[in-house]
Amino acid sequence: MTLPRKAGLGFKPEHFPAITETKPDLGFFEIHAENYMGAGGMPHAMLERLRADYALSVHGVGLSIGGPDPLDRDHLARLKLLCDRYDPESFSEHLAWASHGGVWMHDLLPLPYTAETLSLICDHVDEVQEHLGRRMLLENPATYVLFDDSDIPETEFLTEISQRTGCGLLLDVNNVFVSCVNHRQDPRAYLEAFPLNRVGEIHLAGHEEEELPSGPLLIDSHGREVAEPVWALYAEIVSKTGPLPSLIEWDNDVPDFATLMAEAKRASMILSGDHHALTS
Amino acid sequence: MRSHRDFARGFRESLAGGPAPQNATAQDPAEIERRFDVYRNNVAHGLTQALARHFPAIERLLGADCFRGLARAYIAEHPPRTPVLTEWGGAFPAYLADEPSLQSLSYLPDVARIEWARSRAYHAADSEPIAPERLQETATRAGTDLCLDLHPSVQVLQLLTPAGSIWASQQPGGPAPPRAKEWRPETLLIARRGISHVITSVVRSSTGRFVSALRAGDTVARARDRAGADFDLNAALLLLVENALIVGAGIETGDES
Ligand SMILES: [Fe+2]
Repeated sequence: MTLPRKAGLGFKPEHFPAITETKPDLGFFEIHAENYMGAGGMPHAMLERLRADYALSVHGVGLSIGGPDPLDRDHLARLKLLCDRYDPESFSEHLAWASHGGVWMHDLLPLPYTAETLSLICDHVDEVQEHLGRRMLLENPATYVLFDDSDIPETEFLTEISQRTGCGLLLDVNNVFVSCVNHRQDPRAYLEAFPLNRVGEIHLAGHEEEELPSGPLLIDSHGREVAEPVWALYAEIVSKTGPLPSLIEWDNDVPDFATLMAEAKRASMILSGDHHALTS
Repeated sequence: MRSHRDFARGFRESLAGGPAPQNATAQDPAEIERRFDVYRNNVAHGLTQALARHFPAIERLLGADCFRGLARAYIAEHPPRTPVLTEWGGAFPAYLADEPSLQSLSYLPDVARIEWARSRAYHAADSEPIAPERLQETATRAGTDLCLDLHPSVQVLQLLTPAGSIWASQQPGGPAPPRAKEWRPETLLIARRGISHVITSVVRSSTGRFVSALRAGDTVARARDRAGADFDLNAALLLLVENALIVGAGIETGDES
């Protein structure tokens, strides 16, 4: 069971009426797992309805796979409950950490890439996949600092995790662009080194730009349209891989549904090889 | 795992106001603090937003700036111990009650209690109301041993302030807030009717005591005794039935009482 190789959208409850009325042509919807961990009520009622009509991607933000602590057993159990109930086509999480000592920071925090963290993360990914009884995807992060004890490049780190655990990868093209610009690296070189054959889903999102003395600092805000250079990178990836499930992530300052659909339409055009999509 | 553990602990101290982690680096090392600020801001902003989603009336009553300041202090003292943000914030009402600068706003913690209860009700488990004929039939057989199961979302708040009226005044198109001479304690019934509609009803305190007793497992007869003076059993039952809050009925057996 995999996601359709089409454009999808992050589900926002305020768009539920528009979605049920217009039944838009989309490959899938994605939800943040932690928003659907209450016992009942409207969130689950909407999700059941959505799930009946569309493929579903469950995207976790709270497992803290890159953290030093053992994975939270209660949280794994909640994820299992959610996945068993809705049987999503995909479950994904992040190459990041979010909790330490029982406290959750609720952000996707960066980590050094070392032999130590590699084996830790592989153990965690194994544990998640075993516990959920399904293969997961791991997403590349957007980062703002590097660590001087990192001695494995991020692309190699992700390749190694994917090979050792069998997990797939979620390639967030905006994160690639944001991180590479922030660290004064070439996003095309990053993508050249990225194991595209392991990619099970693509993320596209908008970012904000600040100015530092040394140049731009991009911030992964998920609060606006996908930027032009990110569309261009996306088209280059798709021309190599063929169509992939491609999500528009827009989580802050959420616009009306038509605006999201316009972004999804642009992704669809690129997926179908229409190059006019790049000059619109 | 020693070194990664140390890294995470140090990183948290950096988020909480310490300097950026020692191993953090950037092309231009002079920019590390500015870059690390993105993480500091994301964490503070994300958690403040999460708290504001639970307590929108508190944010309106205090103003965004004041709310933000209180939220930062609350985050430092009661950081989330769960990855599920809809379950974080339950200690905020008590935190407001203890906050020295808010002592003159006695209603504020009560408004926060209402908002937290509404949040709980919104996410509570689903349960279908009992069919009227089955309720009637059980009531006839049970006589004074009738027990009622209430919807999982049902909560009663006995408040010393008119916080229910104040909460209502903060809703779009709500009534004016109560005037000084209308200042009195209020009892609230907070629950979810069906899938989506959270009710926030000011009720008689006797009705509140009755519903609380039912909740605790008392029979209808005993709950009526606990309700005390000024109690209208028919009105209380009608309130529960009309809002689809009675989800089961049974007969108390001798060994239970
Ligand atoms: Fe993403």
